[in-house]
Amino acid sequence: MKTLILGTAALALTASMAFADGHAQTIRMGTEGAYPPYNFINDAGDIDGFEIELGNELCMRAELTCEWVKNDWDSIIPNLVSSNYDTIMAGMSITDERDEVIDFTQDYFPPTASAYVAAADGVDLEGGIIAAQTATIQAGFIAESGATLVEFATPEETVAAVRNGEADAVFADRDYLAPLVEASGGALMFVGPAVPLGGGVGMGVRESDTELKGKFDAAITSMKEDGTLNALLIKWFGDETQTY
Amino acid sequence: MFSFCTDPDTLGTFRWFSCYLTTGVHWSFYSAFLRVLALLAVTAPVALAFGFAGAMAARSRILPLSLFGKGYIAIVRGVPDIAFFLFFVIALDQGLEYLRHITLCPDWNEPIRQGSDFIVCSQAKLPLGSAPQEVHQLYAFALAVFTYAIVFGAFAANVLYGAMQAVPRAQVETAEAYGFTRRQCFWRITVPQMWVYALPGLSNLWQVLIKATPLLFLLGIEDVVYWARELGGTKTARFTDYPHGDWRMWYFLALLVFYLLMTWGSEKVLKRVMARLTHGQATAGGEALRKAMA
Repeated sequence: MKTLILGTAALALTASMAFADGHAQTIRMGTEGAYPPYNFINDAGDIDGFEIELGNELCMRAELTCEWVKNDWDSIIPNLVSSNYDTIMAGMSITDERDEVIDFTQDYFPPTASAYVAAADGVDLEGGIIAAQTATIQAGFIAESGATLVEFATPEETVAAVRNGEADAVFADRDYLAPLVEASGGALMFVGPAVPLGGGVGMGVRESDTELKGKFDAAITSMKEDGTLNALLIKWFGDETQTY
Repeated sequence: MFSFCTDPDTLGTFRWFSCYLTTGVHWSFYSAFLRVLALLAVTAPVALAFGFAGAMAARSRILPLSLFGKGYIAIVRGVPDIAFFLFFVIALDQGLEYLRHITLCPDWNEPIRQGSDFIVCSQAKLPLGSAPQEVHQLYAFALAVFTYAIVFGAFAANVLYGAMQAVPRAQVETAEAYGFTRRQCFWRITVPQMWVYALPGLSNLWQVLIKATPLLFLLGIEDVVYWARELGGTKTARFTDYPHGDWRMWYFLALLVFYLLMTWGSEKVLKRVMARLTHGQATAGGEALRKAMA
């Protein structure tokens, strides 16, 4: 086994020498790919969505070469701090808990409204069973609200739990739920008030990576100033969405 | 893929499905099957080699080597698979990057651990940040093979250790009486005869390995289960040309068929291998074969 490890290491060393010449810095951008309209996989099998279009534009403005990487939501922060990629753009709201582990750029999506969706009117939002995605601000909110929280690994499963009656309602970003409610033909509906949560959606970077954070901050500012960010928001989230 | 696929809304059921099932994202799903098969094809022999080495080490007369072999078997068998897959891969990756870091960037004076961040110089990244995504995926695949091989190698080592002990003592004694050295006894008598005792245990392991492949997604590899979940999920008309409801059940049904076919096929192959290995052995199976021939 030892020789195998040494062999792998030797192989890795020689491989790096071959690559060492052309190392123009590539920024690897992590995303989940399962949260339309923020990020999702389109029919062609490519990653697509608001954040992809925005991220590519930001990279162009910051004069960086970028590459998208898909990663499971559960391990999206551990893989960032372990340097497997350099940024997270995955509809991730800026919260104090996350800010302790990673850093965020300024928000590129205004503080989001979260909403409840249920299969029928009049469900008990305070004492009922509410579905939310693991490790999201919505899950944290439900845990403290007194309702029974059931967590799922993917957003898809949270909505499925409402459809099959496992949960009374799902609590998630309004923008994620809206197209689903619209397409359900009356089977799903918004219930209760919208709840503003979090400090907006920002791009996550490593705490030590201040230079990269600065570059993206500047790019986001320039997009906010010339109105291109607002145009993107309206394109992906509709006319009623909040803009800057 | 087909020319009539430009406007899926107008198609009849059959044509709609022929378009739907050939979208780019479905090809990713199909290629994930190949990825799983490739993983099995590579991991099984590597794990067997680890197992063989582990069993030999455990039997060794050199104390440290034997302790190492026995420790490997005991520790890896005791740690839950999922903990191993979550922890070991990140640790291995960081370990390799650390080794490269101290060789390639000796002048680096910043700490590698900064809070929760793990930072090595950019030449030490594995693979390099500038490497194309395929290289990253290949690297993740290699890590996966290595991790599976270590885990299943430990189980295989235990099976092979038992099988080596099960070879009748009289066989080895006879060889010794003919003046075979210890090494010759091992390679010419014990090893050829042990497989028949090892095969039931190894075939179990193989079946477990087949079923363990969905753990691949923990290692960042998009396996069949990931794609089944992704493709089966509800799709609304805004983001796809092929909107549909929650079809995960059908996709998972397809996976069920795939895995059942895999186990059914391996059963058949293993049965033939067993018959072959039993030939001429001093076991009940060998005796039965001898009587059938006579």
